[in-house]
Amino acid sequence: MNRIWDLSEHGSKMAVIDEYGRQLTYADLDSEAHALADVIGHRCLVFSLCRNEIGSLVGYTAFINNGIVPVMINSHQEEALLDNLLKTYCPEYLWVPADMKDKFEGMLSVYEARDYCLLKTEYKKQYPLFDELGLLITTSGSTGSPKLVRQSYLNVLDNAQTIAEYLKLDDTERPITTLPMNYVYGLSIINSHFLVGATLLLTEKGLMQKEFWNFFKDQKATSFGGVPYTYEMLDKLRFYRMELPSLRTMTQAGGKITPELHEKFAAYAHDQGRNFVVMYGAAEATSRMGYLPPEKAVEKKGSMGIPIPRGKFTLIDAEGKEITEPFSTGELVYEGKNVTLGYAECGEDLAKGDERHGKLETGDMAQFDDDGFYYIVGRKKRFLKIYGNRVNLDEIDRLIKGEFEIEAASSGVDDHMFIFITEENKAEPVKEFVVGKTKLNPSAFKVITIEEIPKNESGKTLYNELKKYYE
Amino acid sequence: MANLEKYNNAFIETFEITEDKLAGLKYQDIEAWDSVGHMGLIAALEEAFDIMMDTDDIIDFSSYEKGKEILSKSEYGVEF
Repeated sequence: MNRIWDLSEHGSKMAVIDEYGRQLTYADLDSEAHALADVIGHRCLVFSLCRNEIGSLVGYTAFINNGIVPVMINSHQEEALLDNLLKTYCPEYLWVPADMKDKFEGMLSVYEARDYCLLKTEYKKQYPLFDELGLLITTSGSTGSPKLVRQSYLNVLDNAQTIAEYLKLDDTERPITTLPMNYVYGLSIINSHFLVGATLLLTEKGLMQKEFWNFFKDQKATSFGGVPYTYEMLDKLRFYRMELPSLRTMTQAGGKITPELHEKFAAYAHDQGRNFVVMYGAAEATSRMGYLPPEKAVEKKGSMGIPIPRGKFTLIDAEGKEITEPFSTGELVYEGKNVTLGYAECGEDLAKGDERHGKLETGDMAQFDDDGFYYIVGRKKRFLKIYGNRVNLDEIDRLIKGEFEIEAASSGVDDHMFIFITEENKAEPVKEFVVGKTKLNPSAFKVITIEEIPKNESGKTLYNELKKYYE
Repeated sequence: MANLEKYNNAFIETFEITEDKLAGLKYQDIEAWDSVGHMGLIAALEEAFDIMMDTDDIIDFSSYEKGKEILSKSEYGVEF
């Protein structure tokens, strides 16, 4: 059916090499993907438990290219949330790492390949799927919400084409994975590079592991992506001194990088004849909305750039009027073919059509300068990005209140969340609870006990008054 | 404070674990020792011993025991 890529077009080119030296050409990938898709044989919903491994990639390719709709889920997902997602959407199949099979009692394995297995569920109910629905992405990946972003085939294809265009990708590229496949930024790297016949270097290892860098050097990686925290780690690793002759491009997204790091990496890239590309996006816009052309990286430090080709940004003020003056703050609105269909919050929603009609209110507050470059200056809603993951603060408060029946108010800055409570003996259990729910490193969270949560007369929490504890 | 105690404290405080868990502890054995935790651990060790670690040593630091070996090298000169 080839909904996204014509894999056979790149036939003998190498599509993927993993950290153990296993390789698949595009022709191999095409035939393995077809074998899996043929077992399923019809359009239906599949939960795909993702890892940066060949089995996971074959699954994704098989599903999206053949009209089978995958829900992309991290294989480390907290069990309660996974159960909640299963009950909510009743998929016909699960595609899971073979070593996790035993967790799904009562489901029959009907096919195995590449250390992954296809499990048939026994849900009686199958929800109808909207014709154009191609892919479902979990939103926060954390706080228990079964909300999914509904992406169409056109969304995925259009965004992949646009990314390949502005990053000038071709078949000599060899991106190395640094982000999970269930995360839209990680997925967009796969999508855009498979369009041009490039070679994906697939590894579960991370920046802090020697095996990662050996794989990087041995396989001559040309690019990688990173969230702001990735660049903090690279800075700490004194990345600038590493010998990486094959490296061409570093991209950054998943939150705003500090101006200091932006400057350091832009200067490094400039000196070394490499590209550092700051980008802006969201799962609700498939993946990318804006990028800072690498030749502007030094000059426009702190900016996330301009809209991607054929996309459009506008800023809307509090009265709903379009802002035309530079350096005025308004909500950033994006228009483009990559704006997704909408959300799903229950099985019935999978039949819904396009609710956004190509227009997305991002919830980010922004300004543009005299040259039309955009700067994110704040957020409309209460959420933080922690290591690139969106964490909704109101939801965290609700979860804590529900679990412990105590008062709680969370606040903070990206990568550092502060949770305020009034009962000191609950500090440790609250922290453990939040770490368990979000599955994020404990060092991002601090619980502070205070006398009283500041509130106004109508009982609304005054979050601004909490700032004095951490600023 | 003795060097071993400083070394152990860096693990105990960064990963919020108890001393009896240290022997044999490897990268990714516990959730707290992921890439984020690793960075925190290195920062804690650099501060405790007033050293700057090389890139190769940071990425080679794959277990509690391996870390001791690395810090014992002449450029850091930490004696256990």
